[in-house]
Amino acid sequence: MDDDRVFKALADPTRRHLLDRLFERDGRTLTELESELEMTRFGVMKHLRVLEDAGLVVTRRSGREKLHYLNPVPIRLIHDRWIDKYTEHRVAALADLKHELEETA
Amino acid sequence: MTTMTAQATQVYSVFIRATPEQVWEAITTPEFTTRYFFGSAVETTCEPGTPWLGWSADHAQQLVEGEVLQSEPPRLLRHTWRALYDTEAAAEPFSRVTWELEAADGGVTKLTVVHDELEQAPKTAVSVAGGWAWVLSGLKTLLETGEPLVAGEETA
Repeated sequence: MDDDRVFKALADPTRRHLLDRLFERDGRTLTELESELEMTRFGVMKHLRVLEDAGLVVTRRSGREKLHYLNPVPIRLIHDRWIDKYTEHRVAALADLKHELEETA
Repeated sequence: MTTMTAQATQVYSVFIRATPEQVWEAITTPEFTTRYFFGSAVETTCEPGTPWLGWSADHAQQLVEGEVLQSEPPRLLRHTWRALYDTEAAAEPFSRVTWELEAADGGVTKLTVVHDELEQAPKTAVSVAGGWAWVLSGLKTLLETGEPLVAGEETA
């Protein structure tokens, strides 16, 4: 599971919409998800496949049904890998600035 | 859109560059869990019918209690879960956690955590919803780098 796939998967509004639907209520079938989108079944399947390949959606079988679950771990990994890194630097820079200003005051 | 959505079945999955045996050890021994599981020490013999407990690192406070339901090392571990760290969640009935480990191509293990039977435990459902992603991200970082995930602590 690499970052490229996650960023590419997230770079599409329909796929982000699908993730939001799953965030509201998890464990849905293709038919349920399809009913909320102006799109063919095949189109929704294609988008779900991209999300699944990126690890953002995980499917589980329940009897005869295939249920789709939102998996937030790849987003968490990106957060830990990228967001924390840059926001921490900014916080550190501000802390340094405060320190410097107080030193010279 | 509601922000406090609490699902009765939650699924979390991550690929870790390690063998299923290494991942198994990391999820069942306190030496590992204290470094990624909110600092908590997991105590379990993995024998069905015995306790699965989560302690604060100093063992002063019990954070989670449960019982091992099923154990097939290094493939599957299932136990019950009651959160004691929150009084409202502690009053709710037990839910269930299943760890599935699956060897994948390229020397990686797919770890899937399913936290379900949360229908009667909405407070617990909310409290674990953000936590599991953080735990699995930390576990991956620990096993792949040997270092615990400490959000930018050393950058200052």
